[in-house]
Amino acid sequence: MASDTGTGTRATRLLGAAALVGVAWLLAFGLGFSPRDRDQAESVRLLYVHVPSAWLAYLAFIVTAVASALYLFRRQHSLGWDRLAGASAEVGVLFMAITLVTGALWGRLTWGVFWEWDARLTTTAFLFVTYVGYLAVRRLGGTHEQRARRSAVLALLAVLEIPLVHWSVRLWRSLHQEATVARPDGDVKMDGLMLFTLFVGIVAFTLIYAWLVIHRQRTLAAEDALDDRGLDAAIASRRADAEAVG
Amino acid sequence: MEDAGFIIGSYVLTFGAIAVYAWRVLVRAHRTTAGLPDDAKPWT
Repeated sequence: MASDTGTGTRATRLLGAAALVGVAWLLAFGLGFSPRDRDQAESVRLLYVHVPSAWLAYLAFIVTAVASALYLFRRQHSLGWDRLAGASAEVGVLFMAITLVTGALWGRLTWGVFWEWDARLTTTAFLFVTYVGYLAVRRLGGTHEQRARRSAVLALLAVLEIPLVHWSVRLWRSLHQEATVARPDGDVKMDGLMLFTLFVGIVAFTLIYAWLVIHRQRTLAAEDALDDRGLDAAIASRRADAEAVG
Repeated sequence: MEDAGFIIGSYVLTFGAIAVYAWRVLVRAHRTTAGLPDDAKPWT
């Protein structure tokens, strides 16, 4: 059963509870049980929030692109896909911001600087700015269909940056280390407990992502419905005024 | 723990930012859906 107001249901409450359990596990393993690294010492603990937030930001932007394609290319042009795209992009921007901030803090510990105009850092910042722009484009006004069409086209172009960000460490000389887990040769160079902690982080961030996107997408649907009702009321009022004058 | 300020600060910033965003989404959801009948809320 759903509450009278809000976007929660029994399923989202269960999902939220699972996300909180995931975060508790991540804190326990990330800050407690996982071992220190031979090279990076304790600063390796930043990995467990930095990498999952980056991967989930990528996933969020890919979901935005897929939902945008479904809006553009399916015959019904359902605004549900557009709202899923918008909700996912907003959560992706949050995760990308977290990636940049935690990366800057990690960079200060390992490289001695918060920021360097390095290939990976610069392309990641560019990806972040692109999706902030995408969210701005969604707010430009017009009908829901106009918003959906122009933002879908932008989403399909913006997602092309993700491979560039991912492979930037191989394409250019970079301070940023190459992939430890998602390696082309499939050889994972990581201690077992560290890998488990990273897995816990990815599960926790995925649950958080799903919970946030469901609520945000439902809120966008409610906002669209309110807009439509406001428009209907304004048209009815105009008609009544015109009839009164006529 | 060495560098505890940076490490714990990162976790606080991460989950603090997510919590603030989640709170804003829920407040906005309650505010927006309060003015709508149930037929405009397909998840109910």
